[in-house]
This record gives sequence, structure tokens and C-alpha cells, in this order.
Amino acid sequence: MKLLFERSRAGRGSDLLPACDVPVVTYDQGLLRAEAPRLPEMAEVDLSRHYTELAKQTHGVNDGFYPLGSCTMKYNPRVNEEAAAQPGFTQLHPLQPVETVQGALEVIYTAEKMLCEITGMDGMTFQPAAGAHGEYTGLLLIRKYHQSRGDTARTKIIVPDSAHGTNPASATMAGFKVVSVPSNEQGGVDLDALRKAVGPDTAGLMLTNPNTVGLFDPNILEITQIIHDAGGLCYYDGANLNAIMGHVRPGDMGFDCVHLNLHKTFSTPHGGGGPGSGPVGCKAMLAQFLPSPHVEEKDGKFVFAAPEHTMGQVRSFYGNFLVVVKALAYLITLGKEGIPEASAGAVLNANYLMKQLAGAYDMSYDTQCMHEFVMTLQGLAHDTGVTAMDVAKRLLDFGMHPPTMYFPLIVHEALMVEPTETESMETLDEAARVFLDILAEAKTDAESLHHAPHDCPIGRPDEVTAARSPILRYDFGA
Amino acid sequence: MGSYIPSTGEERQAMLQAIGLTSTDQLFDVVPESVRVRSLDLPEGLSELEVGQKMAELAAKNRVFPSVFRGAGAYRHYIPSIVKTVTSKEEFLTAYTPYQAEISQGVLQSIFEYQTQMCELTGMDVSNASVYDGAVAAAEAVFMCQERKRSAVVVSGAVDPQTIAVIKTYCESREVPVIVVPADGCATDPAAIQAALDGATAAVYVQSPNYYGVLEDMDAIVAATHAAGAKVIMGVNPISLGLLKTPGEYGVDIAVGEGQPLGMPLSFGGPYLGFMTCKKAMMRKLPGRIVGETKDDDGNRCFVLTLQAREQHIRREKASSNICSNEALCAMTASVYLAAMGPKGLRQAAESSAAHAHYLAGELAKLGFGLRSGDKPFFHEFLTDSPIEPETLCAKLEEQGILGGLPVDGGILWCCTECNSKAEIDRLIKVIGEVLA
Amino acid sequence: MSNIPENLKYSKSHEWVLEEDGVFTIGLTDYAQNALGDIVFINLPEEGDSVTAGESFSDVESVKAVSDVFSPVTGTVTAVNEALLDDPAQVNEAPYEAWLIKVSEVSDTEELLDAEGYEAVVAAEEA
Repeated sequence: MKLLFERSRAGRGSDLLPACDVPVVTYDQGLLRAEAPRLPEMAEVDLSRHYTELAKQTHGVNDGFYPLGSCTMKYNPRVNEEAAAQPGFTQLHPLQPVETVQGALEVIYTAEKMLCEITGMDGMTFQPAAGAHGEYTGLLLIRKYHQSRGDTARTKIIVPDSAHGTNPASATMAGFKVVSVPSNEQGGVDLDALRKAVGPDTAGLMLTNPNTVGLFDPNILEITQIIHDAGGLCYYDGANLNAIMGHVRPGDMGFDCVHLNLHKTFSTPHGGGGPGSGPVGCKAMLAQFLPSPHVEEKDGKFVFAAPEHTMGQVRSFYGNFLVVVKALAYLITLGKEGIPEASAGAVLNANYLMKQLAGAYDMSYDTQCMHEFVMTLQGLAHDTGVTAMDVAKRLLDFGMHPPTMYFPLIVHEALMVEPTETESMETLDEAARVFLDILAEAKTDAESLHHAPHDCPIGRPDEVTAARSPILRYDFGA
Repeated sequence: MGSYIPSTGEERQAMLQAIGLTSTDQLFDVVPESVRVRSLDLPEGLSELEVGQKMAELAAKNRVFPSVFRGAGAYRHYIPSIVKTVTSKEEFLTAYTPYQAEISQGVLQSIFEYQTQMCELTGMDVSNASVYDGAVAAAEAVFMCQERKRSAVVVSGAVDPQTIAVIKTYCESREVPVIVVPADGCATDPAAIQAALDGATAAVYVQSPNYYGVLEDMDAIVAATHAAGAKVIMGVNPISLGLLKTPGEYGVDIAVGEGQPLGMPLSFGGPYLGFMTCKKAMMRKLPGRIVGETKDDDGNRCFVLTLQAREQHIRREKASSNICSNEALCAMTASVYLAAMGPKGLRQAAESSAAHAHYLAGELAKLGFGLRSGDKPFFHEFLTDSPIEPETLCAKLEEQGILGGLPVDGGILWCCTECNSKAEIDRLIKVIGEVLA
Repeated sequence: MSNIPENLKYSKSHEWVLEEDGVFTIGLTDYAQNALGDIVFINLPEEGDSVTAGESFSDVESVKAVSDVFSPVTGTVTAVNEALLDDPAQVNEAPYEAWLIKVSEVSDTEELLDAEGYEAVVAAEEA
């Protein structure tokens, strides 16, 4: 595939702008760039075909089954896209007078009310642009809370060893030290280890439940109680909310703040890596610290207000607004019955697929799962030399996106499968058949699997060379 | 009620049976009974027709101004038709992060192209694949400059106040001192920056064109900062780089900015695009995803996410940043925009924006709106005094379908782009004349 | 089988040490480089930095992992092998030539093993 720059021909391009109808400004030479940027010069037809070709080499949810664990790759409904593409949203300047953007504020306000009901929280901000950004914001809430009480000795955040890498990274960014607690044999939090870890320096706990092995921690009430008794607060990582929404609420489980991934649970597309949206909800006692501005209703009008002891801003303006519009369209589509039905469907699909594979593949935890399950291919790797990576790469040949590989870190040769509720029974049956076929292949022709995929636009890339001698931009030559 | 679950009731029963259950309720038996939700206090779900209507009603409660003279961090530029066509392709829209390179070459190559374009635009060596927005890019850049003995960041008071606010939030939690040097009128005084520097200064953050549209004396600021052993981070408007001297030419260490002007609609503040480019020496300190070129096992050129050991999923609590999801589709938007505009089109957009802004400034001056930046060079924004209370004037303009400049510091911060034709500016001036009369 | 030269001393965390006239040269053992896989980058300290026995002074990146390197001695870094910044593969190819740092003014060392002792550590880990 040629790069844009290799398709460029001097002098080509389209007339997009009219000639300037006022005198051009003459700046001092010292203020001007010496040479024009080497941007592509292309006719629209070639540009258009370039991206059509790139699209063909991109696998999205619309191209096939995408059971990428922990990422909740559900279908992205079209009506959401249509709603967010309306000029009444896209053409709004963020600094328009508030009376001219009442509909936009109502979007934010309504989404806040609905998501607070789903999470059991009292207030929410939409400023964070993604999940990790939300984690950071939520941890700042915890920091502000302790500071406001003069409780400055609380410097540690407890994170289970099964957690997403963003959890400890966010805690560090928020100025905390990270204490890792081990998981027990059921993949849950080891209560004894947790009791030993807490103390007067505990600022809080970050937890996702169900956790990263797809299991709901049955000790959850005890866990949050241990943290609260020690004077800490509990942070709910909403990465796995799709397993439980409408059935149990983080707020009722004892969590004090949460972040959500609208681009996972609430069906907004992931765009090849973003934009997402990572709203943060909190209990009433933390709402005074939320980022500014916050949408409130006053005398029948929506207004922006600064929470009393706001942490300030974590991003400009109000976050990824159009993503919130899409999520709201989804929320009002599903409503009070559709929300729990979606999560029930997600859990049902995961268990159904797990059941089909359980006889052949080793499950890391042999029990009913929530919305995802983790297989360990350690035995297979030992017996045949075929690794989780090999199986994942072979799946590509069948038009299927592989599960998340080598995560969580506490499971060796892990494949983490999250089918989501938007896949049909026959898609799951077909996926199971492919998984089983690959397993048979592993036992007869391991060598072939080491070289998979065979039918993709490229073979396995040399990541070592990429990292040792980074080429991070096109070389235009002399 | 709407639903996106394909399975029918019978199919669900069959699946339940296959896993040895009789009702979906049993899927949640592990949840403690005391906290099980019986019913959410939410409205009933809606059909697609009703959802479309409801969302249209919400959009209709907003007012779209046909004439916009407001910028202050969000800019209405012309967006070529092809931009939206490309970025709404479902493959791009519905893909996750390109961890599986073999089926993600389209996204990976587009990011590689974006990185190249941003390097070209800013005159720097290396670009990342994007961060959340320009303000966060600024804060992340401050962290790139942290050294054992140098922590503090000196920030010009002429920087966008939202950027300053985000830098302050990010720095507070990491106990990085932030020293804001007040602007001298509408510009940064290099001597004041120099006076704020000491052996603990890690970086100076300055924006040019700044919040008031003025082009800063970058040469003096860079010289003073480097003499003090600190790094320079320059915030920059990417459209201006079609014309104006690049961060690379000024010799700064890191260039960041808000990429929204590159093909993204105003969208009430987001999704936007934070871009970050730097010198090669700082490559491994860049946060977030980066795409690199390599070869596959048949020797074909291909692209992968690389330098991943910097990132949170590997380095965990030792990662320099926690960023995971970024603004990939916005980066692609910028890339398509830059390819569609080409070097000539981008220069035209920059020249036209500046020209219209200068024309407007001249016309406003005739009505008594004195330019606060005096004879300092400016790009496409400028701050004026106002002979009438700014809010009153703006309210009058809004009645005429015009979103005027932003009331700032008792004056008005105006902005023009190539979208504001001479006729549109003349109409604005006429309406202002009527209001004043 | 790992290559374990007789003339060097070893830490249990898989660093090798060569002492010459009070200067301690430190690198990664053959076993370590093999376990790490293809090394893509090495973060090194700067000359003049102090290192502490038992504490990390560097980390080594492979494509999908990062591992700490621990100092077997307490002292001051007097030299850094900057060639590794451009060509970290040297550690994979010739681990006992591709030293990481040299340390002087050594005030403390952790218990160092001879080749035989280290071989036992490696054997235990491989078991």
C-alpha cells in the first residue's frame, strides 16, 4: 500500500477555498516558515481511493465478530451516529451563550441523571475524554476529599494484581503510591491480604467488579467495608459495567466514585482508538470537588456552575460532547428494561460460548462467568508449543478479531473472550467451531500455526526491529 | 423498547438450557441479594423513530449561528466534503485500537501518515498518535520535561486560560510547581519569563499565536529558556503553520496544540484532538500510542504500534502517562483534512484567516474598538476595547444571527477564519454601527 | 545452558560484576538476556548518579515487557555504556561484553556469588 506521500504529485489538488477577498497580510519574513510543509498534493479521486483501500485493511465491529475481552466491542447503532451528526450539535461553539445551547446542556444533564441512576451515584462529570482520563479524575476526587478533611497521610491506593494497567498508572499520576494486593484462588480479592494492606495511609481502593477474569467478586460488600472502616474510599473502574448494569449498582456495592466508558458499555464507536468518553460519577459528599463547569438546572433553565470546591479542569470545555449525544441516544433506546436486558444478554452469550469451549480449552476459573471469560493456553503451549499468540493469529484467517491476549497478567497464556450481547447464537456457534478447529490444528500441525495468519494483508510484523530502530514518520529523502 | 440483541426469546431459552439454567436471573445469582436491583428508575425504552425525534428535538433547542466571529480555543474552518466521507467509513469508525496489526494496517498506516504530517507541520522530529485535546497535550508535555532536579513549569499568562487550568490540575497532584507569569498586555514579556527561571525550572510553556492572537517573541523566549537549562514547550494553532514559522524553526523542544481546526466541527467542545510533537531526543518520553514502520515476515512494509514499553499496560505504576484510548478518529480527520488541503490549501486557509481578521480589526478600529495588542503581529484573533458593554453588544449581534467575539477582560476577543467573507464582515460592522448609533 | 564465565561475580538477580582496581563493571548475565528475549531499549542512569545495592538503577525493555535491573553495589556511576542506547541488541548478542555501567566509590556490596554459586541459582530457576 502506498503512503499518501508516495501518491503525491506536485501541482495536484482541489480548489476548496475562494480567492481571498480582502488584502493579504504582510508579515515580517522572520515570522514566516521557510518552506511549505510537505503535505500530499492529490486529486480528490486519488485521495478517496486511498482511504477506501485503507478501509479494506481495517477490521471493525462491522467486519465480523470482535470478542476482545475487556473492550466491550458491541455493535454501534446507526441512529446514534445520525443523532450526533445533526448541525444543532456539530455546529455549536462551546462558548456560545448558555441560553442558545439549552438542548446541548439538556443532553449532558439527562445523560448524567440516567447514568447516575444506573450506577447509584449522585453527581457526574463528562469532562474526561476516555476511561483512563476518568480514572485520573476519580482519583483526584478521592485526593481532594482527604485533603479537605486534613487527612493528608492517606497517600496509598490499593490495586489488585489483576487490574488493568491504567489503574496503577492513574494512581501515580494522581500523586498516590500504589499498593498491589494479590488475588485469591477464585480470582477475587484476597480478603486477608486486603486487611493487612489497609491502614491510616489508605486513600482508597480501585476495583473492577466483575474483575478482569470475568468473575463477580461475591465478597464485594465486605471488601468495600474493609476500605471504609480503614477510612479510605472505593473507586469503581467501570470497564466491566456491561456485565451488571441494571442488576446491581456500584453505589449500592459500596463504591464512592466510578468512571464509565461510554465507548464500551454505552455503544459509542471506538474509532480505531478513540474518541471515547470517560464520565465520572460520585456520591454526594464528593460532588463538591467535581471538575468545572458542571451542568445544573436552575429555575427551569440549564446553566453551567462551578462545584463549590472544584478540582478545576481536566480537559477543555465539557469533554467529548458528541460521544455523550450518541450514548444518550442509546440510553433512551434501551430504557429501564433494555439496560438490564443488555447486560443479561452479554452474560448469557459469554457463558454460552464458554460452555461450548470448556471441554476443549482450559478455563482459568471453572465456574459460571459474567460477561467475559479467560482461557489459559498454558497446557496447550506445553504439549504442542502452540501459544495464545498463535491461536489468536490463526483466528484472523477466519475473519474474527482475536480475544485479548496475555491479559490479565495473573493468568499464563491468557485469552480473554468477551462476546457482548449484540452477537447472535449462530455467530457464537460459528466462533466456537473455529476455536475448536484451531485446537485440532494445533495438535496436528503446530508449525503452521506458528506462522499464522496466512490470509491477511500482511504476515506477522517484526516488532523487535520496530522498537529497536524506530521509524515513526515517512522519509521524504533528500 | 429498543434493543440490539439479535437472539429471539426461544434462542435465549435454548442458550440458557445449554448452560444448565432456566432463567436469565440465575446469571446474577452471585450478586448479593441485598444489593440486587429490582427496577431502575428510568423511562421506558423507545423505538428508533421516537429516538430520532427526541434527539432532533434536543438539537432544535440549540441555536446555530450562521455568522461566527468567536474563537478562543475552538475555530470554525471550512471542512472539505471528503473529510466526513472518509471518517464515517464503518471500518474506521467501529475498529478498536490496532493491537492486531495484521488486520489493522488501514488504521495503522493512517496514524503513521498523521504522525508524518504533524512533524511536517510543526517542523519537529517525532509525533505521537494523539492525546485528548490541546490542553491535556500541554499538561502531558510538562511531564515529559520532568528531571530529577528540575520540576517547575513557567507558564505565560497569555496562554489560553483553559490550558493553564488543566496544567494546574495535572501539576498539583504530582506536586509540580506552576509559575504563571502575567502577560504584558496581550503578549508575553520575554524578560519576565527569564526572571522567573531558575535551576529548578524544567520547562517554559508559551503559546503562539497566544490566547489574544498575538505572535510571541519566540526567539527571545527560547534563547532565555535554553540558557537556563530548561525546555521550551510551544502551544501552536496548526492552521497558522500553513504560513508561519514553525516550532522546529524556533528551536523548541516540544510542540503541542489543539488539532480541532484541522477538519473537526465545533461540536460544543469535543471530540477534539491533542497533538504532540517533539525533538528526537525526547522521543521515548512521549506519552500515548505511537505507530512505527517495520516489515512482516515476508519482508513487506507494514506498520505496528511501537515503543509500547513506555505505556501503562506494560509499565503500570511507572508509566509516564496513563493514557490508553486517545482520539484516533480525530487524528485521521486531521490527516484527511491536511491531505485534502495540501500545502497550498492550508496556506490559503491561514492567509485568508489572517487577512479577514486584519480587515475586521481595521474596520472595528474605525468604530472605536481599539486594538489592545498595539502594533504587535497577530494571526486570526485579536482583543479590542469596546465602546459599549461587550455583553450588551454581543446580545444585540445574536439577535441578528451573529455570534460576536468573546467578552474577555472588559474587551472583546474577535476571530476570523476563511469562512468569514468580506460581505459577512461588512454586515457585522454595519450591525455594530447601528447598535452604537 | 547458560554461559557463566568463571572470572566474574554474580548477583541473585542476574547481574554480573567485574571488579578491577575499585571500579565495578556491571552487566546482565546470559541467563537474564535469554529470559528477557529481544531487548529493544535500555534506560540507563547518568554519570554521577548514585546507585544502591539491591535497588533498581536501570530498566530493560523488550517489546511487551519492562524489567528492572538491580545494582549489586552501592556507589557512584562513573561510566555509562551509551552505545547500548543505539544498539541494545548487544546485550542479547554478547552479554558479558555489553556492560551497562561502571561504579566507583563503592561503600557496600550485596552478597556476590562465584560462577558455581550462580550456576546453582540458575539451575534452581530453570527447574
